[in-house]
Amino acid sequence: METNTAILLTMLIPAAASVGNLLLRNHADLRDGMTLGAAVATFLTVLVILTNVGNGTTQALVLFNVFPGLDIAFNVEPLGLMFAIIASGLWILTHIYGIGYMRGNNEDNHTRFFASFSLAIAAVMGLAFSANMFTLFLFYELLTLSTYPLVAHKGTPEAISGARTYLGILMGTSIGLLLVAVIWTYTITGTLDFTQGGILRGHIAGPMVAVLLGLYAFGIGKAAIMPFHRWLPAAMVAPTPVSALLHAVAVVKAGVFTMLKVGIYIFGIDFLAETGASEWLMWLAAYTIIAASIVAMTKDNLKARLAYSTISQLSYITLGMALATSMGALGGGMHIAMHAMGKITLFMCAGSIYVATHKINISQMNGLGRIMPITYGAFLIGALSIIGLPPLGGSWSKWLLIVGAADAGQQVMIAVLMLSSLLNVAYLLSIVGRGFFWPAETTEPPKIAESPVLVWLPPATTAFGCLLLFFYATNLRDFLLPIVGAAQ
Amino acid sequence: MFDVDFILGHLNYWLFTVLMMTGLYIVVAKGNLIKKIVGLNLFQTAVFMFYISLGKVTGGTAPIFPIDMQIDPTVVYSNPLPHVLILTAIVVGIATTSLGLALIVRIREEYDTIEEDEILAIETELVRLENKELGDAMGGRA
Amino acid sequence: MATEHVHVARTFVDHLPILVVLVPFLAAPFTVLIGSRRLAWPIAFLASLASFLISVKLLLQVLDGGVISYHIGGWAPPMGIEYRIDAANAFVLLLVSAIGTIVMPYTVQSIKFEISERHHTLFYTAYLLCFTGLLGVVATGDAFNVFVFLEISSLSTYVLVAMGAKQDKRALTAAYDYLIMGTIGATFFVIGIGFLYAGTGTLNMADIAAYISLHGTDRTIMTAFAFIVVGMGLKVAIYPLHLWLPNAYTYAPSAVTAFLAATATKVAIYVLLRFMFSVFQPEFLFEMNAVRWLMMPLALVAMFAASLIAVFQSDLKRMLAYSSIAQIGYILLGISLLSATGLSGAIVHLFNHGITKAALFMGVGALVLRSGSSFYARIEGMGKVMPWTSFAIVIAGLSLIGVPGTAGFISKWVLVQAAIEQGWWWIALAVVASSLLAIIYVWRVIEVLYMKQPADPTPREAPLSMLIPMWIMALSTIWFGLDTELTMTAARAAADGLLNGFTMGGH
Repeated sequence: METNTAILLTMLIPAAASVGNLLLRNHADLRDGMTLGAAVATFLTVLVILTNVGNGTTQALVLFNVFPGLDIAFNVEPLGLMFAIIASGLWILTHIYGIGYMRGNNEDNHTRFFASFSLAIAAVMGLAFSANMFTLFLFYELLTLSTYPLVAHKGTPEAISGARTYLGILMGTSIGLLLVAVIWTYTITGTLDFTQGGILRGHIAGPMVAVLLGLYAFGIGKAAIMPFHRWLPAAMVAPTPVSALLHAVAVVKAGVFTMLKVGIYIFGIDFLAETGASEWLMWLAAYTIIAASIVAMTKDNLKARLAYSTISQLSYITLGMALATSMGALGGGMHIAMHAMGKITLFMCAGSIYVATHKINISQMNGLGRIMPITYGAFLIGALSIIGLPPLGGSWSKWLLIVGAADAGQQVMIAVLMLSSLLNVAYLLSIVGRGFFWPAETTEPPKIAESPVLVWLPPATTAFGCLLLFFYATNLRDFLLPIVGAAQ
Repeated sequence: MFDVDFILGHLNYWLFTVLMMTGLYIVVAKGNLIKKIVGLNLFQTAVFMFYISLGKVTGGTAPIFPIDMQIDPTVVYSNPLPHVLILTAIVVGIATTSLGLALIVRIREEYDTIEEDEILAIETELVRLENKELGDAMGGRA
Repeated sequence: MATEHVHVARTFVDHLPILVVLVPFLAAPFTVLIGSRRLAWPIAFLASLASFLISVKLLLQVLDGGVISYHIGGWAPPMGIEYRIDAANAFVLLLVSAIGTIVMPYTVQSIKFEISERHHTLFYTAYLLCFTGLLGVVATGDAFNVFVFLEISSLSTYVLVAMGAKQDKRALTAAYDYLIMGTIGATFFVIGIGFLYAGTGTLNMADIAAYISLHGTDRTIMTAFAFIVVGMGLKVAIYPLHLWLPNAYTYAPSAVTAFLAATATKVAIYVLLRFMFSVFQPEFLFEMNAVRWLMMPLALVAMFAASLIAVFQSDLKRMLAYSSIAQIGYILLGISLLSATGLSGAIVHLFNHGITKAALFMGVGALVLRSGSSFYARIEGMGKVMPWTSFAIVIAGLSLIGVPGTAGFISKWVLVQAAIEQGWWWIALAVVASSLLAIIYVWRVIEVLYMKQPADPTPREAPLSMLIPMWIMALSTIWFGLDTELTMTAARAAADGLLNGFTMGGH
């Protein structure tokens, strides 16, 4: 199949699935099966692109010309392709998980849920393959809008209020800050195309570079740098499949993906290094890493703890970009994959615990590990990956980030990354420890058992994925090398 | 202090300005709806007269050619164009007045009064009831 | 550069500039004289459609920068009345006639509910007269002619607004207030025209422009400028001359509001643009400084104050009325930037806001049809009961916010770009900040429609005759958000034409 056709299909198939969900609202099994088929088809289409293009960069496919110099255009490049593979692959697993979760929990409004979910994936695909900042911005907003019904799904006052925070912060930052940054870039350079080495060199100098970077960094609310991070914990009112895919993989990764694209293809890593414009961002990212980890330690609600852990981990990637070195950028890119795999495991385990026991607070989960070994085993593996211990994938990306920090001469950042790992141990392994070694709650209803198979199988699969990523990390690094201009 | 020539020379403009502002004042200050229409008419009529006076040329006569079309080149005619414009504007003014009066008739039917403050009181009450039943809203008539 | 096609009218096509106004003009009394309720709608629809097709043809002719000059009755200007079509007014003609035509099918069901039956024929007559007036204002090249057609449209507007009295008697006082304020505005305008005539000796806009560029301005002409701007400002609903708008839009029948919100103020803005740029010319405006230091602050106040008030409304129609005042603020902001980009941003927003508000008010009208009222408390949960209508409102609401992919985004983009180009940073930030307010008031509507439970959950969608026009408008907001060739080319051409003043020669 031709690459350009495949790119369009990756967006059209999920969009069609979304419509299909609405049409098949009364035939639950057919509807869910159709969506599963769409997920598999999307993943296969992305694999076709992988086989066609490898880690090269293709010519832009222009769909519409909106303004002179501004088009809706798509192309393939390694970072985007990696993101697309992760998102479409994990969609399959999350969909299976979602079916199990929604039915196991007797949630309402399945159709609306799956329809919005598919639409969000279509937006992610568009975002991953965007050839310029304008197209990316379009799909970025589309992603916010299509995930809003998912966050507000339960319809309770907390859900509506959480969804309001979600939308308010994300749209506020994107329209208030990111849009200004994009138009500013367009006004001074005349283009928004993603180009190796950046497009800003020669058009802007001095402190203005830092200001522009600031508008971008704060404008990309989905990357959850403090102080625009509040939407993430607020979005935890969503059902866990949403938290799993969207807030561990799609939405937050879209944020840091955008951050990387801006740093690498709009500013250019060398330009950032020369002007030193990203140094403040480095410190802010470091602050977010530590502060979010500390807050995570204080949270008893499991999903809230995982949310703050996500905020912290996202800033790893922002830090990678802000270090303005090749290794940093590569490390950030790799961390997208590693963290996605690890975090989705953790969230799916959290959901699995909820389906089986209806518990949401860690203090109530003593001794559960012995009753739900598979879930807790997967959780352990995911946690180790997030902490960054071999033989799990997270260790590789962390290593590259440390090398990147050393390259930039920022020894403090190395200390920050190490400290963060220690904090991760504190707030993640304690959960596993409680589960396996602490005595159970005194009044446990005897019929708690492992959750349904559709609910424990996906996290077990992704946990295995974390292990696999460790062994294939070098391949991944080589795949991503072109983004920093290095040859194979 | 006062340049008497200036004032006397522009007497028509002064008079019409006074009339215009009187009309405008009536529209704003009077509470009776019909009086507002009267004020509006006064305002508009003053404008018409202002226009017509623009067309008067000193020493000019009525702008009509003699019936035998023997046009005397030394005769000064007043400008007929403003007159034409005013005819149109008078018609517009009549239409506006009649529409206004028709609206007043209907308002009288519905509100039982044509005093602005009483109507405002009725409407404020309506709004208050609406707010009580259907939720508070910000901003009054503005 | 602009080339003038002077038409000595020979063929049918040459008469198009006058026909665009004449067809609805004749259809109006025709409707009344026939007196048949069943024939009133078809006549009105056919007349609007004819005007729409004519304005498309006219736009195509002038898109390259040409100007069509039509002499009424064959009398040559500046003595005769001239109809002068260039890119600016052809674009506005297109907007007005398109909205007028698309709202027509919508009115059938809408007015059955909101206006008593014996008034239906008169409704269509008044509608056609309003349509005529608006088109005439836009097409003409003679200053006094503007006043005449302005009053034709205004008077019929007052009638149309008052027709909402069946639903709520406050429509009558709203119409009366609008009448008083509108007449004062029009009279100010005619005073301004009088001063212009006294100062220049001619009523033809191109001729006045020539005089001013030759002789400069004196106190009379500057006074004329002041009166004209204030007079039209009232029709445009510049803050603080906007007081008539909320009540008039809220209490008028929904179809009327859908038509007016998209056209009446836009036509008034066009007149303001025409006088400010083509007649008085940019050099004068730069001298005057009034535009920058008066219009810009007022535009900013409108954008923020009106948006803020809109957030706290409990009636959807009233909220949209205040939102309109804020959006007009954006247009005025674009004008006050006095640059080609700013002006094209203002003109493109004129169009984009027109189609957005038309879609929104048509949606509201459908909600009123099924629930009896447009208050939030009465339309809760309508997302389930009227899914198509609600989704059209969502799409148009996103355009109001300025989400990428919608028409509203394009205008916001151009306005921010214009501000950044001139280095007015805080203006760019003001534009996006007020968009954030728009997010709040639009999201309130979405929450009311989708997050609440309906009083009566039986699905009662709006009739097809209302859904189709609504969806045409909603989809066009997406279309013009992605394919901006028509709107931006026309807006650019219009802005260039306005900034270069009238081309002379060839009367």
